[in-house]
Amino acid sequence: MARNDVLVSAEWAEANLATPGLVFVEVDEDTTAYDTGHLEGAVKLDWKLDLQDPVRRDFVNKEQFEALLSAKGIANEDTVILYGGNNNWFAAYAFWYFKLYGHQDVRLIDGGRKKWELDGRPLTDAPVTRPATTYTATEQDLSLRAFRDEVVASIGQKNLVDVRSPEEFAGKILGPAHLPQEHSQRGGHVPGAINIPWSKAANDDGTFRSDEELAELYGAAGLDTDRPTIAYCRIGERSSHTWFVLSQLLGQQDVKNYDGSWVEYGSLVGVPIEVPATA
Amino acid sequence: MSTCGAPAQGGDVVVAPGATVVDGVVVHEGAPVPGAYVRLHDGDGEFTAEVVTGPGGEFVFYARPARWELRVLSRAGSTTQQVDAAVGRTSVTLAV
Repeated sequence: MARNDVLVSAEWAEANLATPGLVFVEVDEDTTAYDTGHLEGAVKLDWKLDLQDPVRRDFVNKEQFEALLSAKGIANEDTVILYGGNNNWFAAYAFWYFKLYGHQDVRLIDGGRKKWELDGRPLTDAPVTRPATTYTATEQDLSLRAFRDEVVASIGQKNLVDVRSPEEFAGKILGPAHLPQEHSQRGGHVPGAINIPWSKAANDDGTFRSDEELAELYGAAGLDTDRPTIAYCRIGERSSHTWFVLSQLLGQQDVKNYDGSWVEYGSLVGVPIEVPATA
Repeated sequence: MSTCGAPAQGGDVVVAPGATVVDGVVVHEGAPVPGAYVRLHDGDGEFTAEVVTGPGGEFVFYARPARWELRVLSRAGSTTQQVDAAVGRTSVTLAV
């Protein structure tokens, strides 16, 4: 896996907005951002409405995902170029999600919407419609996805990478500070987890740091590359960003994203939690 | 999850008992700067959160009582400012 197989620059994206076979897809934490302006020709995925089951706390199933992509005009053979706000948090989440359902060629715009805006590149509010397709997904590739029981069983066995901020890792706050504090029942982290905030993998403009800088970052933090890795955050979007870095940029094998993350783990009854002593 | 997206910047701000809100506006030559990226860093300089300012240059963070550092990145300019946030609401103006 090479960086050029999974990342495109904003400059390249702007030059290829009308290239046949490419479908640009915006996925934002702020689901109204697309409506205020988007890349010309890009379609919108709403992570809440489109990627979450409306009843169960889980993803849409294979049939729902097939119907979604068909309606959005995305074909199996298309190259999907994802981008979004928050330094590509939910674009990375969608990348992981597309891989979970077996899409072959998926890429991120390096820096996402933030880099695009800071560059002053054009946005439009023109509606986008694409001819419907007949998309066929695979069953979920569960080698990419961790569930709570595996996380508990992995304590002391696998790399557990907590990518939240140090404030959250220490249990001082229960979620990112741009959100009202309405989260898990308990603060802290999974015992033995190492704290490597997702933000350390990104430059200020949202682009990813170089492969050399990333390898140094995770190595210095104590990631054992001989062990499988599970990344988690609060609900799985920031850890998708780290999953992308570890598996797609650094080419590490056996990396899973725990999308239940701290909202689930920190509300489970009886599981071990580590909280650092207050200095 | 049905709740994750950041509330609209510039909307109502509710401060729960014992909670801390750090909010304010980003301005350039006296005019608000919408679309600026505002970052909250902790006392060790570690990134904690980021929001994009609303139409009136507004931003809101839900934090805890502590010394924080606010960093702004925008096409109009950048700045860094420290703020001592107490329980309740601490509002600042960030000029870039």
